[in-house]
Amino acid sequence: MRRPTDDSILTRGLLIAITIGFIGIFLLLPLLTVFTSALANGLQAALDALRDPDAISAIKLTLIVAAIAVPLNLVFGVCAAWLVSKYDFRGKSLLISLIDLPFSVSPVVSGLIYVLMFGLQGWLGPWLRDHDIRIIFALPGIVLATIFVTFPFIARELIPLMTDQGRDEEEAAVTLGASGLQTFLRVTLPNIKWALLYGVLLCNARAMGEFGAVSVVSGHIRGLTNTMPLHVEVLYNDYQYVGAFAVASLLALLALVTLTFKSLLEWRYADEIAATHRH
Amino acid sequence: MSLVVDSITKRFGRFAALKGASFTVPQGAFVALLGPSGSGKTTLLRILGGLEFPDDGAVRFADMNWLGVPARERRAGFVFQQYALFRHMTVAQNIAFGPSVRPRRERPSRKEIAHRVEELLHLVQLDGLGGRYPSQLSGGQRQRVALARALAIEPRMLLLDEPFGALDAKVRKDLRIWLRALQERLGITTIFVTHDQEEAFAIADLVAVMNAGVIEQYGTPQDLRRAPRTPFVAEFLEQTGSAPN
Repeated sequence: MRRPTDDSILTRGLLIAITIGFIGIFLLLPLLTVFTSALANGLQAALDALRDPDAISAIKLTLIVAAIAVPLNLVFGVCAAWLVSKYDFRGKSLLISLIDLPFSVSPVVSGLIYVLMFGLQGWLGPWLRDHDIRIIFALPGIVLATIFVTFPFIARELIPLMTDQGRDEEEAAVTLGASGLQTFLRVTLPNIKWALLYGVLLCNARAMGEFGAVSVVSGHIRGLTNTMPLHVEVLYNDYQYVGAFAVASLLALLALVTLTFKSLLEWRYADEIAATHRH
Repeated sequence: MSLVVDSITKRFGRFAALKGASFTVPQGAFVALLGPSGSGKTTLLRILGGLEFPDDGAVRFADMNWLGVPARERRAGFVFQQYALFRHMTVAQNIAFGPSVRPRRERPSRKEIAHRVEELLHLVQLDGLGGRYPSQLSGGQRQRVALARALAIEPRMLLLDEPFGALDAKVRKDLRIWLRALQERLGITTIFVTHDQEEAFAIADLVAVMNAGVIEQYGTPQDLRRAPRTPFVAEFLEQTGSAPN
Protein backbone atom coordinates (compact mmCIF):
# COMPACT_ATOMS: atom_id res chain seq x y z
CA MET A 1 0.00 0.00 0.00
CA ARG A 2 1.22 3.49 -0.79
CA ARG A 3 1.39 5.96 2.02
CA PRO A 4 0.79 9.63 1.28
CA THR A 5 4.34 10.47 2.34
CA ASP A 6 5.92 7.97 -0.04
CA ASP A 7 7.68 9.50 -3.01
CA SER A 8 7.67 7.95 -6.46
CA ILE A 9 10.26 5.31 -7.27
CA LEU A 10 12.00 7.77 -9.59
CA THR A 11 12.44 10.41 -6.87
CA ARG A 12 13.63 7.85 -4.40
CA GLY A 13 16.11 6.40 -6.86
CA LEU A 14 17.44 9.83 -7.66
CA LEU A 15 17.90 10.72 -3.98
CA ILE A 16 19.72 7.46 -3.32
CA ALA A 17 21.96 7.95 -6.37
CA ILE A 18 22.88 11.50 -5.34
CA THR A 19 23.65 10.49 -1.78
CA ILE A 20 25.75 7.48 -2.70
CA GLY A 21 27.49 9.40 -5.46
CA PHE A 22 28.33 12.25 -3.12
CA ILE A 23 29.63 10.01 -0.34
CA GLY A 24 31.59 7.96 -2.87
CA ILE A 25 33.32 10.87 -4.57
CA PHE A 26 33.92 13.10 -1.57
CA LEU A 27 34.50 10.60 1.23
CA LEU A 28 35.27 7.06 0.11
CA LEU A 29 37.42 7.80 -2.95
CA PRO A 30 39.89 10.08 -1.09
CA LEU A 31 40.08 7.58 1.75
CA LEU A 32 40.87 4.83 -0.73
CA THR A 33 43.50 7.02 -2.40
CA VAL A 34 45.24 7.57 0.93
CA PHE A 35 45.59 3.84 1.54
CA THR A 36 46.57 2.91 -2.03
CA SER A 37 49.17 5.69 -2.22
CA ALA A 38 50.65 4.54 1.08
CA LEU A 39 50.98 1.03 -0.31
CA ALA A 40 52.26 2.17 -3.76
CA ASN A 41 55.73 0.74 -3.07
CA GLY A 42 54.47 -2.21 -1.08
CA LEU A 43 53.64 -2.76 2.58
CA GLN A 44 57.30 -2.86 3.65
CA ALA A 45 57.98 0.66 2.35
CA ALA A 46 54.95 1.99 4.19
CA LEU A 47 55.97 0.29 7.45
CA ASP A 48 59.54 1.59 7.08
CA ALA A 49 58.17 5.12 6.72
CA LEU A 50 56.29 4.66 10.00
CA ARG A 51 59.43 3.35 11.72
CA ASP A 52 61.41 6.46 10.81
CA PRO A 53 62.53 8.23 14.05
CA ASP A 54 60.83 11.49 13.03
CA ALA A 55 57.59 9.61 12.34
CA ILE A 56 57.78 7.82 15.68
CA SER A 57 58.42 11.11 17.46
CA ALA A 58 55.44 12.69 15.67
CA ILE A 59 53.18 9.77 16.69
CA LYS A 60 54.39 10.02 20.27
CA LEU A 61 53.83 13.79 20.39
CA THR A 62 50.32 13.42 18.99
CA LEU A 63 49.45 10.81 21.62
CA ILE A 64 50.88 12.96 24.43
CA VAL A 65 48.98 16.05 23.26
CA ALA A 66 45.71 14.11 23.04
CA ALA A 67 46.34 12.50 26.43
CA ILE A 68 46.61 15.96 28.01
CA ALA A 69 44.03 17.89 25.99
CA VAL A 70 41.17 15.37 26.02
CA PRO A 71 40.97 14.81 29.81
CA LEU A 72 41.19 18.57 30.42
CA ASN A 73 38.39 19.23 27.94
CA LEU A 74 36.41 16.41 29.53
CA VAL A 75 36.49 18.32 32.81
CA PHE A 76 35.91 21.75 31.20
CA GLY A 77 33.13 20.38 28.99
CA VAL A 78 31.23 18.77 31.86
CA CYS A 79 31.58 21.92 33.99
CA ALA A 80 30.39 24.19 31.17
CA ALA A 81 27.48 21.93 30.24
CA TRP A 82 26.45 21.60 33.89
CA LEU A 83 26.52 25.37 34.35
CA VAL A 84 24.57 26.12 31.18
CA SER A 85 21.94 23.41 31.54
CA LYS A 86 21.22 23.39 35.27
CA TYR A 87 21.44 27.04 36.27
CA ASP A 88 19.89 30.31 35.14
CA PHE A 89 22.14 33.34 35.27
CA ARG A 90 22.87 36.57 33.48
CA GLY A 91 25.07 36.31 30.42
CA LYS A 92 24.15 32.67 29.82
CA SER A 93 23.61 33.11 26.08
CA LEU A 94 26.93 34.95 25.87
CA LEU A 95 28.61 31.98 27.53
CA ILE A 96 27.00 29.57 25.04
CA SER A 97 28.29 31.71 22.16
CA LEU A 98 31.75 31.70 23.72
CA ILE A 99 31.70 27.91 23.97
CA ASP A 100 30.99 27.82 20.23
CA LEU A 101 33.72 30.32 19.43
CA PRO A 102 36.37 27.74 18.47
CA PHE A 103 33.94 26.35 15.87
CA SER A 104 33.55 29.70 14.16
CA VAL A 105 37.11 31.01 14.43
CA SER A 106 39.63 29.81 11.85
CA PRO A 107 42.10 27.44 13.56
CA VAL A 108 44.98 29.53 12.19
CA VAL A 109 43.65 32.53 14.08
CA SER A 110 43.36 30.54 17.29
CA GLY A 111 46.98 29.51 16.89
CA LEU A 112 48.03 33.10 16.25
CA ILE A 113 46.31 34.23 19.45
CA TYR A 114 48.72 32.10 21.45
CA VAL A 115 51.73 33.35 19.48
CA LEU A 116 50.61 36.92 20.21
CA MET A 117 50.28 36.12 23.90
CA PHE A 118 53.21 33.83 24.58
CA GLY A 119 55.56 34.34 21.61
CA LEU A 120 58.87 36.18 22.01
CA GLN A 121 57.32 39.40 20.67
CA GLY A 122 54.03 38.71 22.53
CA TRP A 123 52.57 40.25 25.69
CA LEU A 124 54.05 37.70 28.03
CA GLY A 125 57.06 36.91 25.81
CA PRO A 126 59.80 38.82 27.69
CA TRP A 127 58.61 37.60 31.09
CA LEU A 128 58.48 33.99 29.91
CA ARG A 129 61.97 34.29 28.38
CA ASP A 130 63.37 35.72 31.63
CA HIS A 131 61.94 32.79 33.55
CA ASP A 132 63.09 30.29 30.92
CA ILE A 133 59.57 29.03 30.15
CA ARG A 134 58.93 27.92 26.59
CA ILE A 135 55.33 27.79 25.40
CA ILE A 136 55.42 28.63 21.71
CA PHE A 137 57.35 26.14 19.52
CA ALA A 138 57.07 23.63 22.38
CA LEU A 139 54.65 21.13 23.88
CA PRO A 140 52.66 23.62 26.06
CA GLY A 141 51.76 25.74 23.03
CA ILE A 142 50.64 22.72 21.04
CA VAL A 143 48.51 21.51 23.95
CA LEU A 144 46.97 24.97 24.46
CA ALA A 145 46.08 25.30 20.78
CA THR A 146 44.60 21.79 20.74
CA ILE A 147 42.52 22.44 23.86
CA PHE A 148 41.19 25.64 22.32
CA VAL A 149 40.18 24.00 19.06
CA THR A 150 38.59 20.91 20.66
CA PHE A 151 36.89 22.66 23.56
CA PRO A 152 33.31 22.71 22.16
CA PHE A 153 33.06 19.00 21.29
CA ILE A 154 32.19 17.63 24.71
CA ALA A 155 30.21 20.63 25.97
CA ARG A 156 28.18 20.74 22.74
CA GLU A 157 27.37 17.04 23.01
CA LEU A 158 26.19 17.39 26.62
CA ILE A 159 24.29 20.70 26.70
CA PRO A 160 21.19 19.66 24.69
CA LEU A 161 20.88 16.35 26.55
CA MET A 162 21.34 17.84 30.01
CA THR A 163 18.96 20.72 29.22
CA ASP A 164 16.39 18.20 28.04
CA GLN A 165 16.77 16.10 31.18
CA GLY A 166 16.26 19.15 33.41
CA ARG A 167 17.02 19.31 37.12
CA ASP A 168 14.19 17.17 38.47
CA GLU A 169 16.28 14.10 39.17
CA GLU A 170 19.02 16.16 40.82
CA GLU A 171 16.43 17.90 42.99
CA ALA A 172 14.90 14.55 43.92
CA ALA A 173 18.35 13.25 44.89
CA VAL A 174 18.96 16.26 47.15
CA THR A 175 15.61 15.91 48.93
CA LEU A 176 16.49 12.24 49.50
CA GLY A 177 19.65 13.31 51.31
CA ALA A 178 22.36 13.08 48.66
CA SER A 179 25.33 15.47 48.72
CA GLY A 180 26.35 17.44 45.64
CA LEU A 181 29.06 14.91 44.78
CA GLN A 182 26.77 11.91 45.33
CA THR A 183 24.14 13.55 43.14
CA PHE A 184 26.67 14.09 40.37
CA LEU A 185 28.21 10.62 40.54
CA ARG A 186 25.03 8.61 41.02
CA VAL A 187 22.40 10.60 39.12
CA THR A 188 23.89 13.11 36.66
CA LEU A 189 26.85 11.12 35.37
CA PRO A 190 24.99 7.86 34.60
CA ASN A 191 22.39 9.88 32.68
CA ILE A 192 24.97 11.53 30.44
CA LYS A 193 27.57 8.78 30.09
CA TRP A 194 26.80 7.92 26.45
CA ALA A 195 26.79 11.51 25.27
CA LEU A 196 29.96 12.03 27.25
CA LEU A 197 31.62 9.07 25.56
CA TYR A 198 30.66 10.34 22.10
CA GLY A 199 32.01 13.74 23.00
CA VAL A 200 35.30 12.24 24.16
CA LEU A 201 35.63 10.17 20.96
CA LEU A 202 34.98 13.16 18.72
CA CYS A 203 37.21 15.39 20.81
CA ASN A 204 40.00 12.82 20.64
CA ALA A 205 39.71 12.40 16.87
CA ARG A 206 39.95 16.13 16.38
CA ALA A 207 42.75 16.55 18.93
CA MET A 208 44.89 14.05 17.04
CA GLY A 209 43.98 15.44 13.63
CA GLU A 210 44.19 19.18 14.28
CA PHE A 211 46.43 20.94 11.77
CA GLY A 212 45.89 24.70 11.47
CA ALA A 213 46.19 25.94 15.04
CA VAL A 214 48.97 23.50 15.90
CA SER A 215 50.86 24.42 12.73
CA VAL A 216 51.11 28.05 13.84
CA VAL A 217 52.41 27.36 17.37
CA SER A 218 54.56 24.30 16.71
CA GLY A 219 57.40 25.75 14.66
CA HIS A 220 57.71 22.50 12.66
CA ILE A 221 60.85 21.29 14.39
CA ARG A 222 61.34 17.77 13.03
CA GLY A 223 61.50 15.05 15.62
CA LEU A 224 60.57 17.55 18.32
CA THR A 225 57.42 19.63 17.74
CA ASN A 226 55.86 17.97 14.70
CA THR A 227 52.59 16.19 15.34
CA MET A 228 51.29 13.57 12.91
CA PRO A 229 49.33 15.98 10.67
CA LEU A 230 52.32 18.33 10.52
CA HIS A 231 54.64 15.44 9.77
CA VAL A 232 52.40 14.46 6.85
CA GLU A 233 52.75 17.95 5.42
CA VAL A 234 56.52 18.01 5.85
CA LEU A 235 56.93 14.65 4.11
CA TYR A 236 54.56 15.63 1.32
CA ASN A 237 56.45 18.87 0.67
CA ASP A 238 59.65 16.80 0.53
CA TYR A 239 58.12 14.64 -2.22
CA GLN A 240 58.17 11.62 0.12
CA TYR A 241 54.72 10.52 -0.96
CA VAL A 242 54.79 6.99 0.44
CA GLY A 243 55.86 8.24 3.86
CA ALA A 244 53.30 11.05 3.82
CA PHE A 245 50.49 8.72 2.89
CA ALA A 246 51.62 6.04 5.33
CA VAL A 247 51.33 8.48 8.24
CA ALA A 248 48.08 9.81 6.74
CA SER A 249 46.75 6.25 6.63
CA LEU A 250 47.43 5.92 10.33
CA LEU A 251 45.37 9.08 10.97
CA ALA A 252 42.61 7.82 8.69
CA LEU A 253 42.62 4.47 10.49
CA LEU A 254 42.19 6.31 13.77
CA ALA A 255 39.10 8.02 12.39
CA LEU A 256 37.71 4.69 11.17
CA VAL A 257 38.35 3.03 14.53
CA THR A 258 36.60 5.93 16.29
CA LEU A 259 33.59 5.62 14.00
CA THR A 260 33.42 1.84 14.36
CA PHE A 261 33.67 2.10 18.12
CA LYS A 262 30.88 4.69 18.20
CA SER A 263 28.61 2.58 15.98
CA LEU A 264 29.31 -0.54 18.04
CA LEU A 265 28.34 1.26 21.23
CA GLU A 266 25.19 2.60 19.63
CA TRP A 267 24.23 -0.85 18.47
CA ARG A 268 25.09 -2.64 21.68
CA TYR A 269 23.45 -0.16 24.06
CA ALA A 270 20.61 1.16 21.90
CA ASP A 271 17.96 0.53 24.58
CA GLU A 272 19.91 2.15 27.34
CA ILE A 273 20.74 5.17 25.19
CA ALA A 274 17.08 5.62 24.33
CA ALA A 275 16.12 5.29 28.00
CA THR A 276 18.35 8.13 29.15
CA HIS A 277 16.43 10.50 26.92
CA ARG A 278 13.11 11.72 28.22
CA HIS A 279 10.04 9.71 27.06
CA MET B 1 5.53 19.19 65.83
CA SER B 2 3.31 21.62 63.95
CA LEU B 3 4.43 23.45 60.84
CA VAL B 4 4.18 27.25 60.94
CA VAL B 5 4.57 29.19 57.69
CA ASP B 6 4.90 32.89 58.42
CA SER B 7 4.64 35.72 55.85
CA ILE B 8 6.64 34.08 53.07
CA THR B 9 7.47 36.30 50.10
CA LYS B 10 9.30 35.22 46.97
CA ARG B 11 10.06 37.05 43.74
CA PHE B 12 11.40 35.64 40.48
CA GLY B 13 12.82 38.70 38.77
CA ARG B 14 9.86 41.06 38.44
CA PHE B 15 7.24 38.39 39.11
CA ALA B 16 6.04 38.16 42.70
CA ALA B 17 5.28 34.46 43.20
CA LEU B 18 4.42 34.75 46.89
CA LYS B 19 3.26 37.93 48.63
CA GLY B 20 3.20 37.05 52.31
CA ALA B 21 1.74 33.57 52.66
CA SER B 22 1.01 32.35 56.20
CA PHE B 23 -0.66 29.23 57.56
CA THR B 24 -0.24 26.65 60.31
CA VAL B 25 -0.43 22.90 59.86
CA PRO B 26 -1.14 20.73 62.92
CA GLN B 27 0.99 17.60 63.37
CA GLY B 28 -0.22 14.75 61.17
CA ALA B 29 -2.70 16.85 59.18
CA PHE B 30 -3.33 16.53 55.47
CA VAL B 31 -3.36 20.00 53.89
CA ALA B 32 -4.15 20.83 50.27
CA LEU B 33 -2.77 23.97 48.61
CA LEU B 34 -5.45 24.72 46.05
CA GLY B 35 -5.30 27.37 43.35
CA PRO B 36 -4.97 28.11 39.65
CA SER B 37 -1.59 27.83 37.95
CA GLY B 38 0.68 30.75 38.81
CA SER B 39 -0.89 31.21 42.24
CA GLY B 40 2.34 30.32 44.02
CA LYS B 41 1.38 26.93 45.44
CA THR B 42 4.25 24.96 43.91
CA THR B 43 6.74 27.67 44.90
CA LEU B 44 5.49 27.42 48.48
CA LEU B 45 5.88 23.64 48.43
CA ARG B 46 9.42 23.90 47.00
CA ILE B 47 10.33 26.34 49.78
CA LEU B 48 9.14 23.80 52.36
CA GLY B 49 11.26 21.14 50.62
CA GLY B 50 14.36 23.36 50.55
CA LEU B 51 14.48 23.61 46.74
CA GLU B 52 13.79 27.37 46.77
CA PHE B 53 14.49 30.02 49.35
CA PRO B 54 12.08 32.84 50.22
CA ASP B 55 13.11 36.50 50.08
CA ASP B 56 11.40 37.11 53.38
CA GLY B 57 9.41 35.31 56.06
CA ALA B 58 9.98 32.32 58.31
CA VAL B 59 9.09 28.65 58.55
CA ARG B 60 9.15 26.73 61.83
CA PHE B 61 8.72 22.99 62.07
CA ALA B 62 8.87 21.11 65.36
CA ASP B 63 10.42 24.28 66.85
CA MET B 64 13.27 24.25 64.33
CA ASN B 65 14.15 27.15 62.05
CA TRP B 66 13.19 25.05 59.02
CA LEU B 67 14.71 27.46 56.49
CA GLY B 68 18.09 27.06 58.18
CA VAL B 69 18.09 23.29 57.55
CA PRO B 70 19.63 22.36 54.15
CA ALA B 71 17.36 20.42 51.80
CA ARG B 72 19.37 17.22 52.14
CA GLU B 73 19.03 17.25 55.93
CA ARG B 74 15.33 18.12 56.08
CA ARG B 75 14.04 14.62 55.44
CA ALA B 76 11.05 16.12 53.65
CA GLY B 77 9.75 13.44 51.30
CA PHE B 78 9.12 15.26 48.03
CA VAL B 79 7.02 13.74 45.25
CA PHE B 80 7.42 15.62 41.98
CA GLN B 81 4.75 16.29 39.40
CA GLN B 82 6.63 14.30 36.74
CA TYR B 83 7.82 11.79 39.41
CA ALA B 84 11.53 12.51 38.68
CA LEU B 85 12.41 8.84 39.11
CA PHE B 86 16.03 7.96 38.39
CA ARG B 87 15.58 6.49 34.94
CA HIS B 88 18.82 4.52 34.91
CA MET B 89 17.98 2.70 38.16
CA THR B 90 15.53 -0.11 38.79
CA VAL B 91 12.49 0.47 40.98
CA ALA B 92 14.28 -1.16 43.91
CA GLN B 93 17.39 0.99 43.39
CA ASN B 94 15.21 4.09 43.20
CA ILE B 95 13.59 3.29 46.54
CA ALA B 96 16.94 2.36 48.11
CA PHE B 97 18.57 5.63 46.99
CA GLY B 98 17.73 7.69 50.10
CA PRO B 99 19.00 5.17 52.68
CA SER B 100 22.08 4.32 50.60
CA VAL B 101 23.38 7.91 50.34
CA ARG B 102 23.43 8.45 54.09
CA PRO B 103 26.81 9.02 55.76
CA ARG B 104 28.50 5.66 56.40
CA ARG B 105 27.95 5.52 60.16
CA GLU B 106 24.20 6.17 59.80
CA ARG B 107 23.74 3.96 56.76
CA PRO B 108 21.73 0.76 57.22
CA SER B 109 23.39 -2.43 55.99
CA ARG B 110 22.65 -3.69 52.47
CA LYS B 111 20.45 -6.38 53.93
CA GLU B 112 18.44 -3.92 55.98
CA ILE B 113 18.00 -1.65 52.96
CA ALA B 114 16.85 -4.56 50.79
CA HIS B 115 14.38 -5.58 53.48
CA ARG B 116 13.07 -2.04 53.77
CA VAL B 117 12.65 -1.84 49.97
CA GLU B 118 10.56 -5.03 50.03
CA GLU B 119 8.38 -3.59 52.79
CA LEU B 120 7.84 -0.36 50.88
CA LEU B 121 7.09 -2.19 47.62
CA HIS B 122 4.44 -4.11 49.52
CA LEU B 123 3.10 -0.91 51.09
CA VAL B 124 2.61 0.75 47.68
CA GLN B 125 1.27 -2.51 46.22
CA LEU B 126 4.10 -3.07 43.75
CA ASP B 127 5.30 -6.45 45.06
CA GLY B 128 7.61 -8.18 42.60
CA LEU B 129 8.24 -5.12 40.42
CA GLY B 130 11.52 -4.13 42.12
CA GLY B 131 13.60 -5.25 39.12
CA ARG B 132 11.73 -3.17 36.54
CA TYR B 133 12.91 0.16 35.17
CA PRO B 134 10.68 3.24 35.49
CA SER B 135 10.13 3.30 31.72
CA GLN B 136 8.50 -0.14 31.98
CA LEU B 137 5.81 1.05 34.41
CA SER B 138 2.45 2.74 33.97
CA GLY B 139 1.88 6.28 35.21
CA GLY B 140 0.08 5.15 38.35
CA GLN B 141 2.83 2.65 39.16
CA ARG B 142 5.54 5.31 38.69
CA GLN B 143 3.59 7.55 41.01
CA ARG B 144 3.63 4.90 43.71
CA VAL B 145 7.37 4.26 43.21
CA ALA B 146 7.98 7.99 43.70
CA LEU B 147 5.97 7.83 46.92
CA ALA B 148 7.80 4.72 48.15
CA ARG B 149 11.13 6.42 47.40
CA ALA B 150 10.07 9.45 49.44
CA LEU B 151 8.85 7.24 52.30
CA ALA B 152 12.16 5.32 52.38
CA ILE B 153 13.92 8.25 54.07
CA GLU B 154 11.42 8.07 56.98
CA PRO B 155 10.27 11.58 56.13
CA ARG B 156 9.29 14.14 58.74
CA MET B 157 6.74 15.54 56.28
CA LEU B 158 5.43 14.60 52.85
CA LEU B 159 5.31 17.21 50.09
CA LEU B 160 3.31 16.23 47.02
CA ASP B 161 3.32 18.42 43.90
CA GLU B 162 0.24 17.64 41.78
CA PRO B 163 1.04 13.96 42.21
CA PHE B 164 -1.94 12.78 40.19
CA GLY B 165 -1.70 15.46 37.51
CA ALA B 166 -0.53 13.13 34.76
CA LEU B 167 -2.99 10.30 35.46
CA ASP B 168 -6.42 9.58 34.04
CA ALA B 169 -9.56 10.25 36.10
CA LYS B 170 -10.23 6.68 37.24
CA VAL B 171 -6.66 6.02 38.45
CA ARG B 172 -6.64 9.44 40.09
CA LYS B 173 -9.65 8.63 42.24
CA ASP B 174 -8.40 5.20 43.29
CA LEU B 175 -4.96 6.54 44.13
CA ARG B 176 -6.19 9.45 46.21
CA ILE B 177 -8.38 7.23 48.38
CA TRP B 178 -5.43 4.90 48.82
CA LEU B 179 -3.04 7.78 49.56
CA ARG B 180 -5.31 9.26 52.20
CA ALA B 181 -5.67 5.90 53.94
CA LEU B 182 -1.89 5.39 53.85
CA GLN B 183 -1.22 8.89 55.21
CA GLU B 184 -3.63 8.35 58.11
CA ARG B 185 -1.96 5.07 58.94
CA LEU B 186 1.55 6.59 58.92
CA GLY B 187 0.48 9.86 60.55
CA ILE B 188 2.89 12.02 58.52
CA THR B 189 2.14 15.72 58.09
CA THR B 190 1.34 16.05 54.40
CA ILE B 191 1.11 19.07 52.09
CA PHE B 192 -0.51 18.41 48.76
CA VAL B 193 -0.56 20.83 45.80
CA THR B 194 -3.47 20.65 43.36
CA HIS B 195 -5.51 22.85 41.07
CA ASP B 196 -8.46 20.44 41.28
CA GLN B 197 -11.02 21.62 43.83
CA GLU B 198 -12.87 18.31 43.95
CA GLU B 199 -9.63 16.45 44.64
CA ALA B 200 -8.59 18.90 47.36
CA PHE B 201 -11.95 18.66 49.13
CA ALA B 202 -12.08 14.88 48.89
CA ILE B 203 -8.66 14.26 50.36
CA ALA B 204 -7.64 17.08 52.72
CA ASP B 205 -8.35 17.96 56.36
CA LEU B 206 -7.58 21.60 55.63
CA VAL B 207 -7.54 23.48 52.34
CA ALA B 208 -5.60 26.68 51.62
CA VAL B 209 -7.05 28.46 48.59
CA MET B 210 -4.27 30.42 46.89
CA ASN B 211 -4.47 33.21 44.35
CA ALA B 212 -1.74 35.48 42.97
CA GLY B 213 0.76 34.75 45.74
CA VAL B 214 -1.53 35.03 48.75
CA ILE B 215 -3.67 32.56 50.71
CA GLU B 216 -7.22 33.81 50.21
CA GLN B 217 -8.76 31.44 52.73
CA TYR B 218 -7.60 28.57 54.90
CA GLY B 219 -9.97 26.16 56.59
CA THR B 220 -11.78 22.84 56.47
CA PRO B 221 -13.61 21.95 53.25
CA GLN B 222 -16.91 22.46 55.10
CA ASP B 223 -15.92 25.98 56.21
CA LEU B 224 -14.85 26.93 52.73
CA ARG B 225 -18.01 25.67 51.17
CA ARG B 226 -20.24 27.25 53.77
CA ALA B 227 -18.58 30.63 54.02
CA PRO B 228 -16.21 31.63 51.24
CA ARG B 229 -14.44 34.72 52.55
CA THR B 230 -13.50 36.44 49.31
CA PRO B 231 -15.14 36.76 45.90
CA PHE B 232 -12.21 34.81 44.43
CA VAL B 233 -12.79 31.81 46.70
CA ALA B 234 -16.53 31.82 46.02
CA GLU B 235 -15.97 32.00 42.30
CA PHE B 236 -13.19 29.41 42.24
CA LEU B 237 -15.27 26.90 44.21
CA GLU B 238 -18.35 27.59 42.12
CA GLN B 239 -16.56 27.25 38.81
CA THR B 240 -15.40 23.75 39.46
CA GLY B 241 -18.68 22.81 41.18
CA SER B 242 -18.93 21.64 44.80
CA ALA B 243 -18.14 18.02 45.48
CA PRO B 244 -21.17 15.74 45.92
CA ASN B 245 -19.89 14.17 49.16
